[in-house]
Amino acid sequence: MNDLPIEKRARSHTISVLVDNEAGVLARVIGLFSGRGYNIESLTVAEVDPENELSRITVLTSGTPQVIEQIKAQLGRLVPVHKVADLTVAGRHVSRELALLKVTSEGEPRVESLRIADIFRARVVDSTNTSFVFELTGATDKINAFVELMKPLGLIEVSRTGVAAISRGPDPL
Amino acid sequence: MSEETLSGAEIIIRALVDQGVDVVFGYPGGAVLPIYDALFQQNSVRHILVRHEQGAVHAAEGYARSTGKVGVVLVTSGPGATNAVTGLTDALMDSVPVVCLTGQVATHMIGNDAFQEADTIGITRPCTKHNYLVKDVNDLARVMHEAFYVSRTGRPGPVVVDLPKDVQLATGNYIGREDVKHRTYAPQNVGDSGLIEEAAELIANAKRPVFYTGGGVINSGDRATEALRSFVRATGYPITSTLMGLGAYPASDKQFLGMLGMHGMYEANLAMAHCDVMIAIGSRFDDRVTGRLDAFSPGSKKIHVDIDPSSINKNVIVDIGIVGDCGLVTEALMAAWKKQKGKPDKDAHGKWWADIEKWRARDCLAYENPGDVIKPQYALERLRELTCGKDLYVTTEVGQHQMWAAQFLPFEDPKHWMTSGGLGTMGYGLPAAIGVQMAHPDALVIDVAGEASILMNIQELSTAVQHRLPVKILILNNQYMGMVRQWQELLHDARYSESYMDALPDFVKLAEAFGATGLRAERPDQVDDVIKAMIETDGVVVAEIAVDPKENCYPMIPSGAAHTEMILGSDSTSAKVSDSGLALV
Repeated sequence: MNDLPIEKRARSHTISVLVDNEAGVLARVIGLFSGRGYNIESLTVAEVDPENELSRITVLTSGTPQVIEQIKAQLGRLVPVHKVADLTVAGRHVSRELALLKVTSEGEPRVESLRIADIFRARVVDSTNTSFVFELTGATDKINAFVELMKPLGLIEVSRTGVAAISRGPDPL
Repeated sequence: MSEETLSGAEIIIRALVDQGVDVVFGYPGGAVLPIYDALFQQNSVRHILVRHEQGAVHAAEGYARSTGKVGVVLVTSGPGATNAVTGLTDALMDSVPVVCLTGQVATHMIGNDAFQEADTIGITRPCTKHNYLVKDVNDLARVMHEAFYVSRTGRPGPVVVDLPKDVQLATGNYIGREDVKHRTYAPQNVGDSGLIEEAAELIANAKRPVFYTGGGVINSGDRATEALRSFVRATGYPITSTLMGLGAYPASDKQFLGMLGMHGMYEANLAMAHCDVMIAIGSRFDDRVTGRLDAFSPGSKKIHVDIDPSSINKNVIVDIGIVGDCGLVTEALMAAWKKQKGKPDKDAHGKWWADIEKWRARDCLAYENPGDVIKPQYALERLRELTCGKDLYVTTEVGQHQMWAAQFLPFEDPKHWMTSGGLGTMGYGLPAAIGVQMAHPDALVIDVAGEASILMNIQELSTAVQHRLPVKILILNNQYMGMVRQWQELLHDARYSESYMDALPDFVKLAEAFGATGLRAERPDQVDDVIKAMIETDGVVVAEIAVDPKENCYPMIPSGAAHTEMILGSDSTSAKVSDSGLALV
C-alpha cells in the first residue's frame, strides 16, 4: 500500500457537515455516498443547534485525495448543507465514540471483565447476577481494543455511536 | 412583508405568476385536481396538455434551454411522478432549470400505500438538484420561490415540489418572491482573483492553446456567450465545443474547430491531444469528450472554469480550477490577460495553426455518396442548405442521427440546439421541440430524429397538433437502432442482436392519423422536395427520409481509446478495442 504514490493512496478522513435539520437531509447525505460509490466507515448525526435548527453529521470515510475532494465538493453541493469541514486536513482534532457492551459471565471471567473495565475506565451502567452492561467513551482504537478483550469474557452484544469529532484549538467549524 | 390568505392551489398559481411563468407543461390527475381547478379560473398561465409525463418534462426542458428561463411541469401523484423521472434525470445531467410540481396523496395518508401514492421525494432525490415535500400550506409560497431560486441559480437543475392534496385545499398565507431568502444556498459566482491572474499568465504564454467550452457557457447566459466570443477573438486561439455547448461560439468562425469527443472533429480532438494550454470553460470533462483518461491531453496545463466545485478535478486533474460563473470569470480572465506584459509567441501560434489546418485538411466528415441511396449526411447537408437564413431551432433524439446533426448543422447562436447529452434519452427530441415552439411560435423548429427514437414519445404528436405547435420532424429512417448497430458491427463482429427495427409503422399514415402531414423521400432526388415541403407546409409535419441502413457515424474514438486513435470513415471498418474498452459504454 505504501508503495503507491500519494495520489493513489486511500486514507481515512473525518468530515464534519453542518446541515439544516430538516426531513430527509440524512437520506440525501447517505444517498450521495451510496449513489457515487463512496465508503462510509462511520456516521453520526444529531441536532446541535435547536434554535437555528442545525444538525451536525460526522462521517468517517476513506479514499484517495481526489475522491476525498470529490466527496467534500459533492456534500457542499447539497442544498441544505451549510458547511463541510475536513477535520483530518484542517489539523488536530478530537474524535470520540461511545460504546455499550453487554457481557454475560459468572465466576472468574465476570471478575476479569470488571478489572479490564476498570483499566479502560468503562462504567457499569447495568448489572444482574449474570451480566454487565459497560459504557465506554474514547477513540475508536480504544473501543476496538476493549471489545477484543471482552470477547472471550462473555461479550454478547455491542452498540456503538460512531464517531463524533471536533477540531482542537479556539476556532469553531 | 405582504401577506394574503389564499388556498394552496391559488398560492401555487400566484407563485408561478410571480416567477414570470407563462406556460406549464402537464397532465392532470386525482392528486392535482385543485391546482387544475385554479388553473382553469385564470388567464396568466397557459397549460400545455402532453400525452405522457416524460414528454412534459422534456417539453419544459426545450422551453428552458431555448429561452434561458425555468421550465415548469405539473403532474399528478404516483405514476404521474414516476413517469417524470426520466425527464428529471435528463434535466439533472444536462443542467436544465426545471421546476416540477407533483401531486401527492393527502398528508394523513402518506405512507399508507394509498391509491396513486409513491414516495416521490425518495424516488426523485437522486435525480433532482433538490426536492421538497410541502406539509404545511404556510410553507408553500416560500418553498415555491425557493424551488425557482435553486433551480435557476448556480449550476441549474430540476427541482421537485411534492404537493399533498390537502395542502392544495387548505388556506394559508402568500408571500412574494422578494420576501424569500434561502438559508443556505448561495452559489459562488465570482472567481478567485489570484487564480484568474495565474490562468491569464498561462493563457498569454501558451504556445499551443485551445479553448474547450461547454453547455455551462450557454447556461450562464448571453453575457457569458459575449464574453467568450470576445475573449476567443482577442486571443486568436482555436476553440472547440462539447455537444452541449454548440452555438456559444459561431460555427462559421474560422477559429472554431467544431465539436470534440467520441464523434467529434479530427482537428478538434487532435488539438486537444497536442495542446500545451487547455482553457476549459463550462465543460465537465465528460467521458464522451476525454476518451481514455490516462491518454487525455497528456502534455497540457489545464485551466477549468465551472460554477460547480464538484466538476473540478472529478475526471481529470487540472492545474488551475476556478469556481465561478462562466460569464463573470471569462470577463475577468480577459481583463487579466490584456494586462499581461509578455508578447504572444506569434511564431508558435503560427505553427500551431498550421498543424490544425493540416488536420482540418483531412476533411473528417467526408463520406462516400454514390447517389443510388440517400446518405443521412447528405440529407442533413440539404437540410442545412435549405434552412439557411431561417430562424432555426434544432432538437434531436439520441443516436447516429444526433451525432450527424451535431456534425453537419451549423449553430451560430446559443440556445438554438437542444439535445440530450448527458443522459442520452431517446424520445427527447419531439417533446423538446414542442417546448421550443411554445417559446418561439414563429420560429422553424425541427426535431432531427431516428425511426427508433421517435417511437419512444410518438404520442406527443397529438400534443403538437392540439396546441397548433407546428414542429417539423425529420426522421432519418435507417431501419436500425443505428448507433447500436454500429457498435455491434465494430465491436461484436456484426452480430446485430435486436437492433433491427422490424414492423415499423408507415410514418406518413401515422402522421395523418394524428392530424399532421406526412412526407417521404426514398431516393436522393426527392430529398430537396421533401425538405422544402416540410418547411413550407403549415402545421405539424413528419418527413421520413429513407437512408442507407449500413451507414456508420465517423469520425469515432472507440471506447477506451485515446484522441489520437480516432477512426475515420475511410479507415477499416473494424475498431481495435481493448478488453477494458469493451466494458465501457
